Amino acid sequence: MIEFWVVFTGLLVGVTCGIAGVFLILRRMSMIADAISHTVLFGIVMAYIITQSLNGFWMLVGAAFAGILTAYLVQLLHSSGIQEDAAIGVVFTSLFAAGVLLITLFAGNVHLDVEHVLMGEIAFVPWDKWTLLGLAMPKAVWMLLLVLVINITFLLLFFKEMKLATFDPVYAASIGIPVVFLHYGFMTSISFTTVAAFDSVGAILVVAMLIGPAATSYLISKTIKQMFVYSMLFGAAASVIGYYLAKLWDTSIAGMMATTVGFLFIITLISQKIIERRRKALVHKLEMP
Amino acid sequence: MLSGNLLWVLSGTMLLGIAAGITGTFSFLQKQSLVGDAAAHAALPGIALAFLITGQKELPFLMLGAGITSALSVYCIQWIVSFSKMKADAAIGLVLTVFFGVGVVFLTVVNRSPLGNQSGLNNFIFGKAATMTKADLMWLFISATIIILVSLFLYKEWKLLIFDPVYAKGIGLPIEALKATLTILIVMTIVTGIQAVGVILMSALLIIPAASAKLWTKKLSTMLILSAAIGGIAGITGTFISAIRTGLSTGPIIVLVAAAIFFISYFISPAGQISKYRRKIQFRKQGDVG
Repeated sequence: MIEFWVVFTGLLVGVTCGIAGVFLILRRMSMIADAISHTVLFGIVMAYIITQSLNGFWMLVGAAFAGILTAYLVQLLHSSGIQEDAAIGVVFTSLFAAGVLLITLFAGNVHLDVEHVLMGEIAFVPWDKWTLLGLAMPKAVWMLLLVLVINITFLLLFFKEMKLATFDPVYAASIGIPVVFLHYGFMTSISFTTVAAFDSVGAILVVAMLIGPAATSYLISKTIKQMFVYSMLFGAAASVIGYYLAKLWDTSIAGMMATTVGFLFIITLISQKIIERRRKALVHKLEMP
Repeated sequence: MLSGNLLWVLSGTMLLGIAAGITGTFSFLQKQSLVGDAAAHAALPGIALAFLITGQKELPFLMLGAGITSALSVYCIQWIVSFSKMKADAAIGLVLTVFFGVGVVFLTVVNRSPLGNQSGLNNFIFGKAATMTKADLMWLFISATIIILVSLFLYKEWKLLIFDPVYAKGIGLPIEALKATLTILIVMTIVTGIQAVGVILMSALLIIPAASAKLWTKKLSTMLILSAAIGGIAGITGTFISAIRTGLSTGPIIVLVAAAIFFISYFISPAGQISKYRRKIQFRKQGDVG
């Protein structure tokens, strides 16, 4: 049963991040997600300092706040003439440094240690249970399910609008689609995803889950819907394979999941190249009489 | 208060800040700031692997390992961007997290081994300048000096490479070799800095001083001097503050000092918000008169 919950949590992380990652890749905002995953630490620490508790709800609020703050600051610096990569770099490193400093100053002896936030410890997930509606499930599973529902609702409500705002933002704005609202709404859902996953795979490796599966599926899919499906599959596969490899070699589960994400990407890229080359060779042969 | 060792560490981090300020400026102008971030994260597997292979915490080995994996990560990013339809940002993010994940895997293996518990490799994540020994500092001095000297030596060529690559190629400069040298120097800066600042925040030392300097000037030479100065000041002030109170990592404080300089510049510099606001009001007044 314990193993089941660990694998199930990993699976949920893979699927949730896989869904959230698709628009991240398409909107070219991967590095903003990376920035948010770092600054979520700042939000969580602020939430802890203000409420003096490790309540999941306030953590979610703090993380969402930090995520929006990051997106907003990057946008602000970028629009005042600082190139985007530097704007991202400045914002996330300084907020992250502030988060680390606040932890060592105010929360040094609590459960909130930096390494836990960064790398997570999925193996401890099953021990921390919440009972709701007569169902006793690990806290992390509840959080992930909640975020998954939020993400899917957001997508179902705004799928068309997001698509248009992603591929033709100028036209989208001109026909009255709230492009700015969508941008920040999406950033909020990314922050939610990050904080829900941080307990299990850690704030940094959640980025691997956000970017990796979606990037891999971007290589092979031709429509957005295809991309969603593949991305979810890759995310789920990476977490399950990663878990068993980690168990096999007795090492960090989160680290192994990220490594698997990388492997899946490389395998897909190379096999895609080989297929492409074969197809070209075939066409070449057919054209030669 | 100012014991002999602290003085050494202070001058070490200052030199590191200067070196990072200089190479950071070049990578900033090439819009490669976040590649530096990926390269810094990618140093982690190299450190852990070097420790696993050699079994000892000799800094030269660890630095060599870190350098190899950092350079490999930069190469991977370029490879992905040129061989697939992936955009640069996704490639950087992917490489960064995967390398870091591999690093965490190796680090867990190291921590489990009997030697590993005392190895202090975890300090590389956030950096601990105060624990640096004389020998560590010697390496820092040597490589920072090399970085600064090579940058000054190649200043003209890199300037041309950044602002007019076509012309540079036309007059027969070895573009690829120059680019590679720049990448190597950036990796070297990162490797030099990780012990003091840590892999996660090392990129800040490359990005923030350069971004702050850019707010004050448009001239490359002035920008380099300013960026080096800001890096040096951040290094020395941050180390000093973290030395006063025990238990503080050096990295975050150095970064926060640099960030403070950036945000002050953001408001009061010639290109900053306050002077922009003033100009706006002035324009409005002129509009009223005319």
